Amino acid sequence: MSEGEMILTVEDLRKFFELRKGLFSKPVYVKAVDGVTFTLKKGESISLVGESGSGKTTLGKTILRLYEPTKGKIIFKDKDVTHLSSESLMWYRRETSLIQQDPYGALPSFLPIRRIIEEPLIIHKIGDKSERLKRVYDALSAVRLTPVEDFASKYPHMLSGGQLQRVAIARALVLEPELVIADEPVSMLDASVRIETLTLLRNLQETRKISFIYITHDLATTKYFSERLFIMYAGKILESGNIRDVIMKPLHPYTQALIKAIPDPDPENRKVLRDVPPGEPPNLIHPPSGCRFHPRCPYVMDICRVEEPPIVEREKEGFVACWLHAKH
Amino acid sequence: MEQSLLDVRNLHLYYATRKGVVKAVDDISLSLKRGETVAVVGESGCGKTSTARAIIRLLPRNVHLYRGSIILDGKNIMELDDERFRKDVRWKKISMVFQGAMNSLNPILKAGYQVAEPLMIHENMSKVEALKRAGEALRMVGIHESFIDRYPFELSGGMKQRVVIAMALITRPQIIILDEPTSALDVITQANIMNLLKKLKNELELSYIFITHDIALSSELADKVAVMYAGEIVEMADAETFYVKPSHPYAEKLMASVPTLRTDKQLDFIPGAPPSLIYPPPGCRFHPRCPYAFDKCMKERPTAVDLGSGHYVKCWLYA
Amino acid sequence: MGAEGMELGFKGVLKELLAYKSGALGVVILVFLVALSIYTVVAIPYDKAIKLWRGEEEVWIENPRNAQPIWVKYWEYLRGRNLPETIKRDTSDSKQYGVYKSLRAIPGTNLKRLYIEFSFKYEYDDFPSEINIFFSSKFNESAPILRIAWEKPGGNKIELLDFIPRDKYDRLYLSIEHDVLKVLRSYVEEKLYALGKNPEVPLSVEKALFAVEDESMSSSLTVKPLKGTYKLIIEGLLFGKDSDVDARLIIYGKVYGMCGTDHLRRDLTIAMLWGLPIALSFGLIASLTITFLQLIIATISGYYGGWIDALIQRLTELYMILPFLPFLIMIAAFYKLDIWVILAAIIILNIFGGGIKSTRALVMQIKEYPYIEAARAYGASSKRIVLLYIIPKILPPVIPGLIGAVPGYVFLEAALSLLGLGDPFLPTWGKVINDSYRWGALYKGYYYWVLQPSFMLILTAFAFAFIGFALDKIVNPKLREI
Repeated sequence: MSEGEMILTVEDLRKFFELRKGLFSKPVYVKAVDGVTFTLKKGESISLVGESGSGKTTLGKTILRLYEPTKGKIIFKDKDVTHLSSESLMWYRRETSLIQQDPYGALPSFLPIRRIIEEPLIIHKIGDKSERLKRVYDALSAVRLTPVEDFASKYPHMLSGGQLQRVAIARALVLEPELVIADEPVSMLDASVRIETLTLLRNLQETRKISFIYITHDLATTKYFSERLFIMYAGKILESGNIRDVIMKPLHPYTQALIKAIPDPDPENRKVLRDVPPGEPPNLIHPPSGCRFHPRCPYVMDICRVEEPPIVEREKEGFVACWLHAKH
Repeated sequence: MEQSLLDVRNLHLYYATRKGVVKAVDDISLSLKRGETVAVVGESGCGKTSTARAIIRLLPRNVHLYRGSIILDGKNIMELDDERFRKDVRWKKISMVFQGAMNSLNPILKAGYQVAEPLMIHENMSKVEALKRAGEALRMVGIHESFIDRYPFELSGGMKQRVVIAMALITRPQIIILDEPTSALDVITQANIMNLLKKLKNELELSYIFITHDIALSSELADKVAVMYAGEIVEMADAETFYVKPSHPYAEKLMASVPTLRTDKQLDFIPGAPPSLIYPPPGCRFHPRCPYAFDKCMKERPTAVDLGSGHYVKCWLYA
Repeated sequence: MGAEGMELGFKGVLKELLAYKSGALGVVILVFLVALSIYTVVAIPYDKAIKLWRGEEEVWIENPRNAQPIWVKYWEYLRGRNLPETIKRDTSDSKQYGVYKSLRAIPGTNLKRLYIEFSFKYEYDDFPSEINIFFSSKFNESAPILRIAWEKPGGNKIELLDFIPRDKYDRLYLSIEHDVLKVLRSYVEEKLYALGKNPEVPLSVEKALFAVEDESMSSSLTVKPLKGTYKLIIEGLLFGKDSDVDARLIIYGKVYGMCGTDHLRRDLTIAMLWGLPIALSFGLIASLTITFLQLIIATISGYYGGWIDALIQRLTELYMILPFLPFLIMIAAFYKLDIWVILAAIIILNIFGGGIKSTRALVMQIKEYPYIEAARAYGASSKRIVLLYIIPKILPPVIPGLIGAVPGYVFLEAALSLLGLGDPFLPTWGKVINDSYRWGALYKGYYYWVLQPSFMLILTAFAFAFIGFALDKIVNPKLREI
């Protein structure tokens, strides 16, 4: 597989959760992911930014087939994995990996670190015992948990949050996956270790040429981690593009609001009010018609309420889904 | 110099646990003027929330040591007995917005009633009158009065947070302690709540003690910043000084680890993990992680050094 | 909620356990009980215990009936009453104090003259419970003729009866011998008339034999034992050259052994000791099996969901409304009363118990934990997730319940025995209580008979309950008072 080749293609992916209110009532659907399309190149790292309830986590887990997709296609290394049966899925499980938000919950508390990292190797029947142990030690030293023998024999409750998250990273990378999805990997860590963990992840991603999807609500950290940005809102991607481009020149009113809402440490902040739209993200059972942001949008037009916005290419790369930028 | 509204001196709060004595708040001092906000920033487990609880005297059962003086309006409220404190100070003079408070609303009571409750408890106000005042308080926090009859499940996260702020406001306290008031909210909603808190502060001349782990967010309200580390305040400075150039090595490193959106800067991080509050390191508690540490730091506990205009640093580099 | 127990390991848990007063007390009691069980099983092997308990070969014949335990004697002693112990005199043991035997041939005849004198000091404040004489005779053509007499302190002699042994071994139950009773009645009446009194409530054999001879003799309620040296004299005529007679006198006391005896003269120590390993193993096996079966069923129910879950849940609900005890009584009535059958019945009747509901709720919660999701992401199979990821996590919170449930099953077995549905062969506490109940122990004042097995039951319950409570605090730190 050569550089620049696609590793993952997601086409019009949808994931609806069925919600039954009563035994005899008609089921309703939570449209958590509602038509997402994007591609990921081999060795590329992208950021998926959205607020809670935007569907970003569901999107990540649906791509990893932890949820059954409702509609659409997931193509990984030219193979359609959308509806792979559980036996053929083992291959996909080996090639992909997940890093979760909560380091305290992500590891089984009753197993030693060595065994926790060894588990994926055992499941995929890789190597014999000594070979596996070597790979466990390699993984631990890759996440800089040294001396590795010490850490290997410890139990999760003996480690700090930052160290636990590095164990989780070691476990996620021990199978040498091609695609890693990290869902808020540092948001539960303390500020002082957040950057350390993120830097570590970035270095591993670059040296091992891993294709990476970084899911976060924290726009400020994305540019330290990836090149391309996708902004998600109410189950859809509203804007994408080069991170610096999008932050400097956001085109979608939602992206603009998001950027305005985020403070940088500055003593002037306290003297001014932030110009952000009121309201909160819509409920996903009955999302707004037309553009999903229209009820909160300061520039709303009649058409926004009725018709879904068109996908408009940005100047350099990426797109924006907004009627304001529609070419007439 | 202007008289301070709240003056906390040498406050201690230790807890007794099965593993030992946790020195959650270890000799801290801070002062607050009318209409001023002090932000208490630090990582999880540094004693921020314990400081808040010590000031408003909402203590767990396993208190080992609770000592110091808290002077509110010239009166030492540490000397009041629990009953007097409850009647005269808590909620009347100092109220609090708890962390994750929006999830602590009673799901079976109407929002208006919950806002009105402090008045009925603390001021023996009649229900009708209290509800009237609750309506006003809700309007102040940007919720329409008609929401008085809504139940918490009918409100969005941001609205619940506003209801909780209205609860803290309704007794017209002079000081509100905000403990991570936006921790579970989206960034845009968070910005809206911050806007609300700024407006309320100006309109009502409120003083805030704003407890947060988020330095960038603290700059939204802080006139003064107190940086906590391992139960101590290691730096106290006004916003203009602090956000431009913090002095304590910990504060400096912490600031350097904050990713900024608008500017590109080299990010830095602090190696190691925060120390145990049961057996804190000897000398300066930050010395095991400090790049500038020298002999003295390992042996002697630094005292607060006055750098002028209310800027204090607990660090041997400045002694 | 967490798997703290697992993280601590066995040693750690034990250390934590001992840190709690209740836990330490529970451990101390349990260690004692286990040590006692081991001692019991080694010292009185199962076969021997069963033999003893079933009273084969009349092993208990020399024990008093319904004797109080020795501790009652000490207690009464403090109150100034000396309760009688069993006194034995045997001619075959010539060195024994208070035994005299002479056997002389009468010259010129084929006859022998026998003279046996048993003497003993009686210093007790109560009457003996029974008096028996056991004879072992050697004779060819004719049985010996024996005349038995009683001599009280002070020299009053009473001819009791003439007795001819019918067999090589024969016994004389003095207490229930009609002739003896008649003789004694007239003896007592004579004495009373001499004192100008009338007999009111007739005296039993033992009372008449040991009575102080004054007005108090007129009623069995007022009669007092006379202290001093008594004699039992056996004179006999024996036929044949080789003939001989040996006699063994037993004056049964009112106290016996550590735990007393029951209505069949059986030493209750056997039941108290053997009841322990039976109760411990019964309770532990029942609790362990039921807990683990429920654990597995609940985990399957909670993890897989769907129709399996629905089926298990409906079954559980059905089980919860089934009348458990009547079922058990029915089973016990239809099948052989064997402790293993009862154990199996209890297990089967509890498999779908209420524990499934709470464990299932726990599984549903753990199922959503990130580490389970992570395991799915790296390809762990459902089987592996259930066995390796969920069960170890729910084990710690389940174990205090397991320990705490042990007394429940011990009590259940005892209750079934009390209802007469227990294993009739095994010496269990429940069986002892059942006996005591059937023989009117409380009505007759044999409190020890009921109290001792009850105490053992309660002690066992305390041990497990204390450990269970302490463990609960260790594995559910939320229960700790900080």
